[in-house]
Parts: sequence; C-alpha cells; structure tokens
Amino acid sequence: MAEINYRDALNRALKEEMRRDPSVVVWGEDVALYEGSFKVTRGLLAEFGEERVLDTPISENSIVGVAVGAAMGGLRPVAELMTVNFALLAMDQIVNHLAKIRYMFGGQASLPVVIRAPGGGGSQLAAQHSQSLESYFMHCPGLYVAVPATPADAYGLLKSAIRDNNPVMFLEHELLYNSKGTVPDDPEQTIPFGSAEIKRQGSDVTIVAYSRMTILALEAAEELEKEGISCEVVDLRTLVPLDTTTFIESVNKTSRAVVVSECWSTCGVGADIANRIHENCFYSLAAPVRRVSGLDVPMPYSRKIEKLCIPQVVDIVKAVKETMEAKS
Amino acid sequence: MDTKLRAILPDQELLKFYEQMALCREFEESCAEQYTKGHITGFLHLYSGQEAVAVGATAGLHRDDYILSAYREHPQAIIRGADPKRVMAELFGKATGICKGKGGSMHLFDPNLSFMGGYAIVGGQFPIAVGLAFASKYRREGRISACFFGDGAVNQGTFHEGLNWARLWELPVLFICENNFYGIGTEVHRSSALADIHKRTCGYNIPSEKVDGMDVMAVYQAVKRASEWVRERNRPYLIEAITYRFRGHSMSDPGKYRSPAEVELWKERDPLPNFATRLVAEGIASEDNLACLRAKATAVVREAVQFAEESPWPDDREVFSDVFAANGEEVCPWLK
Repeated sequence: MAEINYRDALNRALKEEMRRDPSVVVWGEDVALYEGSFKVTRGLLAEFGEERVLDTPISENSIVGVAVGAAMGGLRPVAELMTVNFALLAMDQIVNHLAKIRYMFGGQASLPVVIRAPGGGGSQLAAQHSQSLESYFMHCPGLYVAVPATPADAYGLLKSAIRDNNPVMFLEHELLYNSKGTVPDDPEQTIPFGSAEIKRQGSDVTIVAYSRMTILALEAAEELEKEGISCEVVDLRTLVPLDTTTFIESVNKTSRAVVVSECWSTCGVGADIANRIHENCFYSLAAPVRRVSGLDVPMPYSRKIEKLCIPQVVDIVKAVKETMEAKS
Repeated sequence: MDTKLRAILPDQELLKFYEQMALCREFEESCAEQYTKGHITGFLHLYSGQEAVAVGATAGLHRDDYILSAYREHPQAIIRGADPKRVMAELFGKATGICKGKGGSMHLFDPNLSFMGGYAIVGGQFPIAVGLAFASKYRREGRISACFFGDGAVNQGTFHEGLNWARLWELPVLFICENNFYGIGTEVHRSSALADIHKRTCGYNIPSEKVDGMDVMAVYQAVKRASEWVRERNRPYLIEAITYRFRGHSMSDPGKYRSPAEVELWKERDPLPNFATRLVAEGIASEDNLACLRAKATAVVREAVQFAEESPWPDDREVFSDVFAANGEEVCPWLK
C-alpha cells in the first residue's frame, strides 16, 4: 500500500488501464503536450504516443460526441473536460446522445465512455468555474456518476469506470488533487460501482456524503466525537448506481441522518437522498433528516463570502447537533 | 446526361437503382397512409423526392462504411439493407421493430449493417461520425464515415466543430448535405449567410462539390469518387446534393411556405420518372419491366405493413431493459 495523492492515483489508474487495454484512448483540451490542466494526464503522451493521447480543439460538445462515436466503433475513450463547468457546453452530447443511444436503439450499442471532469468550488474562481453539477447527471437516466473522495477510491473507481461497458461521468474534486492516502498495489483491486463505504463507524447519527464533503464529514465526526456524539459517515462513492442499502441500514441503526452535498440545495443530490431516507426509514427516525448543501446562489469571488456558499465543517457539526437535539 | 448509363454501370445495377428508388417512394407513401390511419404516431418525416440521394450515395460507398443520418432516414436504412418489415414494425412501435419499438421513425439503427443511426437533434450526428472515423482509422479498418445531414444542420456548432476536427485529425469522413432548401419552413437563404453550403468548408481546408441530388447517377458517381478520395487520404470531403422534398417537413406540416408552382417545378424533376425515361431511352428496360419493379416494391411494402400490424407490442418489462449494458457482455460484437 503506497501513499500517494488523488492526482497521482488517477494518473496511475489511467496508465495501468492503457497498458492493459489498447482500445483505451485519452483526449481532451491540453491533456497531451501540456499534460492536463490539473496534470492528471502527466506522462501519458510520452508513454503511449500521439495516436492514443490527443489534444483536442476547444469544442466540448464534440469532445464528448467524438467519444460517443469512437465507443460505437470499438474503442474505450476516456475524455477529459477541463472542468465540469464546460460540460454545460456538451450537454447535448451527454444527455441526448451518450445517455440515450443504447436505449433508443433497442440495446444494440454499448457506450464504454468515461468523461472525466474536475469540479467543485473553494478556489475563488467565481460563478462560472466553481460549480458542482452532479445532480444534473444523476437526474438523467443512462449515465453512471462517480464521485470519489479519497485517492484509493479515485484509483479503484476510475479503473472500474474504464472497464465498464456504460457511460460514466467521473467527477473529480479540484481541491482533492493534492490530498494523500494509501492506494492498493494490486492493479486488479478495483472498486465496484454502486458500493457505498462506511468511512467511519458510529451509533448516534449517520452523515451521508460524497466527494470532498466526505472529507469534511469525517473532520466533523472527529470534532463531534470529542463532545460525545458518535457519527457514522457513509461515503456514497457513486451516485449512479446508488447504493441505498448502506445508508438506509445505517440510518435505521442510528435513527438520525444529515445529508451533505456541495451542490446547490434546490433539487440537489441531498434532496433525493433525504427523500429516500424518509421513504425507507421514517419509522426509525428520531429527528427530521437535515441537509447541508451549497447555497442557492451563483458563486461569488471574494473568499470571505465564497466560504459562506460552500458547506464547511462547522455547518456539518451544527446540523448534527440540531439533529441530536430534536425530540424523538 | 451525356454519358450513357451502360458506360457507368451494368444493366443489373442500373435496374437495382430504379427498384430501390421505387421501394423508398412506396415505403414513404405507405407510411403517410399508415400515419393517417393512426398506426404510426409521433413525428414522421418523409423522404419522397430525395430518393436519388440515398440510393446513389449508398451505392457509392463500401458495404461496411459507416452511415449516419438525421431523422428523415428510413430510406438510408432500407437501402443499406434493413428489412422493410422491421423498419415498418419500428414505426408501428412493435416489439419486432429494428430497435424493438424504442426508437421509432427518427431512431433507426443496425450496427450489423454499419448503419449507425438516425438522430433527432439537428446536427447531433456530426461528432459521432467523426468518432467512428477515428475508431476506423485507429483500428486500421479502412472504412469511412458517411454523415448525411440537411441544410438546416449547417448552422449548428457541431457542423463546424466536426469539419474542423475531421480535418485536424485527418479522419475519413464524407459529409453529405441533402440540401432540400428548407429547415422546416425556413428557406436556406433565410438561415445561412452563405447559402451555397459546399462553399462553407473553405474555412476548414476541406474540398467540396455540389451535385444534382435529383439524378441518381450523378450522386452515385460523386459519392464513389469522393469516398475513394476520403479513404485513400484519410481526409474529410463534403458533397452538397441539391434535392427537394415533395411533402412537408413532417406529417403535420402543410407546407404553406412553398408555392404550388415551386413544388410542381421540382416534381417535374422527380428522380423516378426521369431515371425511368433514361432507362427506356437507352434500351436498358421496357416500360413493362419498370412497372414490374414498381409492383414488386408495392408488394414488399404491403408485406411490411402486414408484418407490422400482426406483430406484438413490446412487453411492459421492456421499459427497464437497455438503460444500461451488462458488464461481461461483448461490446461491438459486429466488429468481429
């Protein structure tokens, strides 16, 4: 078990899968010669050459659409959108084509396409570069959505994504690229989609989170432990397929739930999770399900007020305490 | 018109062109009837008038070259080899349809025929055609992507992205514009600053030409020449086929934006009777021979309608199948 960062874990997964399967190709804006805006594709061009690692024009809709066609022609493209914000330029190919082709053609085609996209806020990049759009993709049938929080999950999920026969929106968090963690040495140790992980065991309240919010939830749980509140942290890891069993069992055990997501609150991922908890755990609940989400505003630039718009550890701590205070 | 037909192709192939055009016309007119009866529902865009393009172009391609089209694509699928029965059943929404009744008129698809789909978002097929061409080049298959689209699609970003990309990566894509002059009711000069669509490729350093899309031989020869050029050089090329749809944009369109005189003028250029006249004049077929071929087409379509009528509806369980592929399932089995 080597300790590496999230970026290098992704890079290792890409390299290993490209060595394993010659049908895996990588393209995107500045992924080859420049080695990626976030350097996730570092060393790929040198090792695999320009036939397999390609820089593209700034044409996001086609970055996805060309991957759709290449997959129909027998390849496994891993396309990078420089940031998830630019996926909005590619929504026609993502939603109308990538997600629907298999179904509307009666199951005659599989689309093993991975769209990697870094996202999330917190770097003072303002309204157009700080979005968390996972609920957009989760909303659309036909797409898998992966949201890794740790280097090990980034590594194991990306390998599963590349080997999977279905389209995957692989959403990386920009603030996690430098985070460190242990990653298994065995290149076959992948992480199956649809398996949430209990990242911390606890008995009083369940915190359901994903991506960077998992890290914050773990920090909150650490603080709350000092005050005698035992939190169980469930990391969803993939939003589609969604492992409902793990969080439902956890909430039925703890009888309290806080759902944390960085995306906007309205119609956000947390709304769906909270609804599933209500439908499945209503009679075990000792308190209403609480949500901690991004504020429903475009992201401001100034770091003083940007912070208000993104869930912080203190917000999670507060929500857990409120849940604990509710009378059963 | 100068070159004799026999100097281009043997009689059998020439008669096949006529038979295929007759089948397309018969199929489409029958669709209109079935729509009126309520057997076909949803959107229905008919191809009548444009047959020379699908027939001539398909003949000019190799059998395994990819074909992609938009939503006026029944003839492209049928000429490539799709069973008219299963296409009609798809339009009826039946389980025996080419896409199990899940796609309908606008989403025909059969990868075993390298017919890679009808797409209903205008211009959606451009990047997909480019991607298929990339896969073919990467796998050294020697097949090209033939991407059909209408004049209305050329102002979508994907058209320009696709042209740029195909030239930049040197990919074998043959762009075939079926210019029927109208995007629904908007005439081409009211939507395009440069209405000569083939000239628009100059910004991407892609050669192009204009061809008479009402003349099946002209389309065949242009596509044959261009497709070999594309195949040899791994470079894109664009053909603008000038054609006309005799019906409205879809069944709900009475076509009031076109004068009856204009429609009549184009009907005089109907590719079927005009080609028939040439076949007879050059002694390749008699009127009786051609009547026989038309009767054969009628019979094929009648059989297709009967098959569609008698076919079962999809099972309710089909709603949830085909959203995701099973892992372990073979991807692209048709490539073997």
